[in-house]
Amino acid sequence: MTTTAGTAPHASPSRRLQAWLYRRPRLQLVLLLALPLLALVVAYLGSLGLLLINAFWRYDPTTGGLDRTFSLANFLQIAGSAVYRTITLRTVGLAFLVTITCAAIGFPVAYYMARIASPRVRGLLVVTILLPLWASYLVKVFAWRAILQEQGVLNWLLRPLGLEGPGYGDVAVWLVFTYLWLPYMILPIQAGLERIPSSLLEASADLGGRTGMTFRRVILPLAFPAVVAGSIFTFSLTLGDYITPTLVSSTQFLGNVVQREVGVSGNLPLAAAVATIPIIVMLLYLFVARRLGAFEAL
Amino acid sequence: MKGSIRRTLSAGVGLTLALAAIAPGATLAQDVPEGAMTEIGAPEGALEIVAWAGYVEDGSNDPALDWVSSFEEETGCQVNVTLGNTSDEMFTLMQSGNYDLVSASGDASNRLISAGSVQPINLALIPNYVDVFEGLKNKPHNTVNGVPYGVPHGRGANLLMYNTEAVTPAPDSWSVVFDPASPYAGKVTAYDSPIYIADAAVYLMTHNPELGITNPYALDETQFAAAVDLLKQQRAIIGRYWALYTDEIAAFQSGDSVVGTTWQVIANVLQGSEPATPIEAILPMEGSTGWSDTWMLSSMAQHPNCGYLFMNHIISPAVNAAATEYFGEAPANTKSCALTADPNHCDTYHATDEAYFDKVYYWATPQKECLDGRGPICKDYAEWTMAWTEIKG
Repeated sequence: MTTTAGTAPHASPSRRLQAWLYRRPRLQLVLLLALPLLALVVAYLGSLGLLLINAFWRYDPTTGGLDRTFSLANFLQIAGSAVYRTITLRTVGLAFLVTITCAAIGFPVAYYMARIASPRVRGLLVVTILLPLWASYLVKVFAWRAILQEQGVLNWLLRPLGLEGPGYGDVAVWLVFTYLWLPYMILPIQAGLERIPSSLLEASADLGGRTGMTFRRVILPLAFPAVVAGSIFTFSLTLGDYITPTLVSSTQFLGNVVQREVGVSGNLPLAAAVATIPIIVMLLYLFVARRLGAFEAL
Repeated sequence: MKGSIRRTLSAGVGLTLALAAIAPGATLAQDVPEGAMTEIGAPEGALEIVAWAGYVEDGSNDPALDWVSSFEEETGCQVNVTLGNTSDEMFTLMQSGNYDLVSASGDASNRLISAGSVQPINLALIPNYVDVFEGLKNKPHNTVNGVPYGVPHGRGANLLMYNTEAVTPAPDSWSVVFDPASPYAGKVTAYDSPIYIADAAVYLMTHNPELGITNPYALDETQFAAAVDLLKQQRAIIGRYWALYTDEIAAFQSGDSVVGTTWQVIANVLQGSEPATPIEAILPMEGSTGWSDTWMLSSMAQHPNCGYLFMNHIISPAVNAAATEYFGEAPANTKSCALTADPNHCDTYHATDEAYFDKVYYWATPQKECLDGRGPICKDYAEWTMAWTEIKG
């Protein structure tokens, strides 16, 4: 209370710095964001840029190093070979299939969670859906290996019925991806459905809209951006993965080609050129998704 | 369990990437090679090793597996192991100059030699070398122009395995996996790696001699195209490729695969499991591909004396027996055979059968400069890798 020396708090350098910064809100913001932004630009975009530059270089087999002269040879090689088209189509096709399956399974679950379940059940469902996300990716894929293998759980269940599981192969890849990415589809849809005001549904009912009509004309259009938002995850994650195909099939996808070029022969430039395919596909996908309003639903 | 996982890892990693070469033998260097050490001085008290998993065990993974502690006590060289996951990784690590020794596979060994990363070895300073099998001495993957660059660790062959109940009559040729009209179409398996192209080349050496293939890792345009075509044709009768060795075991157990290429380890597991799978693994009449690793000393080694002592130690009869038996390969030391825990180990892996290994072409990295000395007309490994993508489709 007494204003004796009064200088004590002001004398502290940290206090003075605080006061100085207080008068400069922009500088505060810069200091706060500089580090994470720097990390984003340098570590993330930087490495992506470096990858793309690599695609224009050449692998030099005599030294095992890089020939750093600009050339389109890697891209020409990819464009000139039918096998890369086949693999691209196979990969994109699988990504669409997984996305559609995830949406078909995820929508009813999300709808139940968002609009029907009691808060208690909803909490329980959220945890149930999130729980697998907290487990290691590899543990889950290896668990699926155990399920799908010849002497596995699935065949043990199906055999008494005279049926046979799919075993390892393309169907296994589809199943495992669908399982892995399903939560990424459910959660955005649930959030999207929750945002639909109940009043709109009541209005639809008041105007004579039956359940089906309300669903088609009100709920689906309003929730669609959320589905697209979820599909970005399922689509992109499928597009880039190479571990699951390696473990449950011997089919090659784009990721497997990249992995082999880097890991087996050390041909980073060709791997980088192949890696631009999913990047381009994803950019196109994101462009369409933006037009469909997915980014507002994220 | 842990042992088996480590074994899986080591076998998978080691064998997938273990690549080595064969070519007509050069003359044995009797004198001390230029640049090699002339005597072993006082041990430096430490040793930095880059090795495949399972090669240098000091008991920390499994107390029963320890062939390093005794070396540390005797020489005072504290061994520190860095596991190399791939040959590329090993090659890069050896460039740093921080490591003394490396267990180099055939694809790394020649690169290390040509990059000057490893030094010539004075074999007179490694007393146990005299006991190494002649078939492993003086090979292109460990000796260049008569100058030795390392000591062999062990070796193995890639075999033809078949289900004795499903595949009759018993095959003696790789035809059974390459013939497009094979009665086992859909149940044929092959190793999922570009290096498998060499297996096709070995087959063509016998069945298409006009191609003039002398070394399955030195393929010019025409020879390479023939091998790739053969594999594209084979693609139609392949049920599935295998990359993980456990997958091949499962496929043979379930009957999904009945014939294809294998490692001795896999055959042993199948025959030893309960119930045993009725399989046989043979070296077909065409011969086969195989692998052999080499211990090499860095040209920048900080602890060369400890390095020499360790090379002598790791190929000593008892240690070589333990290390190669654990990994599942034939030992390099002739005296190891009497010392393996399983008395039949050497018979199982044909360790003493030089006629057997005469027909084995050790994995080597295909290079533009042909390994058989025909000049820069061969397909390099990058092209092999791209071709493998084409073959799998």
